[in-house]
Amino acid sequence: MSPSVPILRLADALLVSIQVDLQDDDVMALQEELAEKIVDTSARGVIIDISAVDIVDSFIGRMFSSIAALSRVLDAETVVVGMRPAVAITLVELGLSLDGVRTALDLEKGLAILARLTRARRPLDEDDPGYDSEDLGDPVPSGS
Amino acid sequence: MPASDTATLPILTGDDVVRLRQLVRTRALEIRLSLVDQTKLVTAASELARNTLVHGGSGSAVVETVEKGGRHGVRAAFVDSGPGIPDLDLAMTAGWTSGGGLGLGLSGAKRLVDEFDIDTEVGRGTSVTVVKWAR
Repeated sequence: MSPSVPILRLADALLVSIQVDLQDDDVMALQEELAEKIVDTSARGVIIDISAVDIVDSFIGRMFSSIAALSRVLDAETVVVGMRPAVAITLVELGLSLDGVRTALDLEKGLAILARLTRARRPLDEDDPGYDSEDLGDPVPSGS
Repeated sequence: MPASDTATLPILTGDDVVRLRQLVRTRALEIRLSLVDQTKLVTAASELARNTLVHGGSGSAVVETVEKGGRHGVRAAFVDSGPGIPDLDLAMTAGWTSGGGLGLGLSGAKRLVDEFDIDTEVGRGTSVTVVKWAR
């Protein structure tokens, strides 16, 4: 259990806002809880807000990569938002590349990325009659 | 050169790693490290404290402010009585891992600080000391 990190539902995405200094066990618990929530809520996306996080070390960085990989397997996309400049500089110097993790500068941009990604995948959904290919940048060439 | 505010923290649990990060940050603020340098030092300390816990089994950390030629710095020393590191050159290679991690702990921590000393002996333990100086 991870009492310190609430997972909120925001439309068809899950929002994880990390507000406290997490110890490694909390990080592992969060990962498991998130996997369950993705399935329970059929979420299409996960946003991890780290704007309140003052360091990202290799352990937390690896968690972002695993959450991204995990959610992809569960048919959801992950975006990490709000990284502080000092954290970004340190991450790069540490040698952490956050493989497979999408990032956005803030929550709003993160949501926009998720919307684009999940909309692009909608043509595969049979249960979405509201989908109209006209208002998309035609992500999947149809017909030919 | 050693300062009066030396603090020793046991590193026995994950919560201790969090406490260590907070202590290092407090010291870094005291000597007015820049935000980027604070972040680098605390990140390095976090990596090293985790090594102490995971590879050393447990240990302790000594954190203090230091002064040399009018410059102020924070020194953190991590000591464990674990198995030691058989091949230090290999362990310092970025990307090499004894298992589980990303292999960035030691090499990454070294890049983030100004001074880095490691002393290890198989069967006796490992001690790593780092210093970050205010500019």
